[in-house]
Amino acid sequence: MAAGTAGARRATGRALVGWFALPATAVLLVFFCYPLITIVWRSFSDPTLGFGNYLSLLHDGTSVRVLWRTLYTAMLVAVCTLVIAYPYAYAMTRMGPRGRGIMTLLVLLPFWTSLMARNFAWYLLEQRGGVVEKLLAAIGINGVELLGSVAGVAVAMVQVMLPYMVLPLYSSMNSIDRRLLDAATSLGAPWPRAFRKVYLPLSLPGVLSGFSLVFIMSLGFYITPSLLGSPQQALVSQVIGIRVNNLLDFGGAGALGAVLLVVTLLVLALVNRLARPAAALSQAVDRA
Amino acid sequence: MPKATGAGENGLGWGLRAWVAVVVLLLLAPTLVVIPMSFSASATFAFPPRNWSLRWYEQFFTSDAWMSSLVTSLEVGLLVAALATVLGVAAAFALDRGRFVGRGAIRTLAMAPMIMPGIVVAVAIYAVFLRWHLTGTVTGFVLAHTTLAIPFVITSVTTSLAGYDRTVETAAASLGANPATTFRRITLPLVLPGVASGFAFAFVTSLDEVVIALFLQTPNVRTLPVQMYDSITLQIDPTIAAASSLMVVATTLVLLIPQLLRRRRSTS
Repeated sequence: MAAGTAGARRATGRALVGWFALPATAVLLVFFCYPLITIVWRSFSDPTLGFGNYLSLLHDGTSVRVLWRTLYTAMLVAVCTLVIAYPYAYAMTRMGPRGRGIMTLLVLLPFWTSLMARNFAWYLLEQRGGVVEKLLAAIGINGVELLGSVAGVAVAMVQVMLPYMVLPLYSSMNSIDRRLLDAATSLGAPWPRAFRKVYLPLSLPGVLSGFSLVFIMSLGFYITPSLLGSPQQALVSQVIGIRVNNLLDFGGAGALGAVLLVVTLLVLALVNRLARPAAALSQAVDRA
Repeated sequence: MPKATGAGENGLGWGLRAWVAVVVLLLLAPTLVVIPMSFSASATFAFPPRNWSLRWYEQFFTSDAWMSSLVTSLEVGLLVAALATVLGVAAAFALDRGRFVGRGAIRTLAMAPMIMPGIVVAVAIYAVFLRWHLTGTVTGFVLAHTTLAIPFVITSVTTSLAGYDRTVETAAASLGANPATTFRRITLPLVLPGVASGFAFAFVTSLDEVVIALFLQTPNVRTLPVQMYDSITLQIDPTIAAASSLMVVATTLVLLIPQLLRRRRSTS
């Protein structure tokens, strides 16, 4: 067989194999993209065409406050998970293969453990007269009510989100050449300074991936706020849920949802050059 | 951030060690409270329990509501895993080997369900499925969960495709194997671990999904996480503790099995 025909066959093969993406693409377009487009469209058209739903968000007195509270909570959760996860991910890179394997598994176990089970556990811990209250009382802090407060929601969300921070962080830190750090210290930089000037900037892509991932996921998190929060201190996801479940107000819910989508896309656009959160996460999960 | 303590050439400083220990505790300990809770004798969520019993396990396995939600979850989960695996494996091959217009866009689309705000996706799917009469049907659950599971299958298969040497296929072809034989005898066995973990990821993704399920549920068709959710919000039903404990054990096993298989494969 001539080499030319083999090459031509490979080229046609490459064109043909592309069609294998069609079924998955079709399913995602019909059952994922189309619904999202529809809900955004309904925010402009349900019940009447125009910006009515958005104007009422601005003027109903609560929605704007709820939106700010949600952004603030998501930011707080992302900062806390970052602070907690960074040293852990760093420690992972300092372990041997066995230690890394174990530390990865310890992160993946909660990652794949039933979300309802974990939220129920936090419900038990935070309930009135629960373990957290007793622990706080033991160190002299009384009268803290976590259940029904944004603080209670945030604490549980930080724990639930930790794996989403550790995995992209580790993924990125793992590719840093540690000899750069050794070089800096051997040239006389004290450890903290070498860390700040050399390691921290190099780990920035991982920080951005993890941070944006946790921030975005926290924005749209429904289960933890609706189980551990309260209507008085509602987050956007609860309000969307209530509007749809109790009022079948898809237009209003769609407007709030569209705001979340816009924030999500903005964050993704901002970090896209440096980090691709979803890809970072999925690779990290898979490599483990 | 206590990081300066890691200055030693080898091993970790004590500060970093302590930090790691605290993080591990934070990752694992809170969830474990569901296990003692599940052996409580009382019909409240009082924790820690004063008296012990197996009544909530008995309740879980004998109650119609709990058993039918479990069966629905398993049914949906297996169908999702099968469907997402077929779609995801095909897409992963196309994305890895195909050269076509829109490849980047499809790659982005395939990852999008992982990152879009959960509540927005759930409400969007609910609105459309109401019109299509797919709420409260197994088909509806399967289709919705499949969109969430596809990214996991694609990544998992892509990783195993990227990790192997294409020349073995060329070698098989040059030795006279036709493309079908090459695929069956060479390609398939090499990507099989990736496919298997993709299947497992897809299954767990569906089994664990609550938000979409909460909207699509009807009293007749509901999944286990929905039943669990209602047992906290609508009634105080400690059967959820037994269900949670079983889920914790089950997901841990589902996670560990492919890990062990892959590890054995890589060492052999």
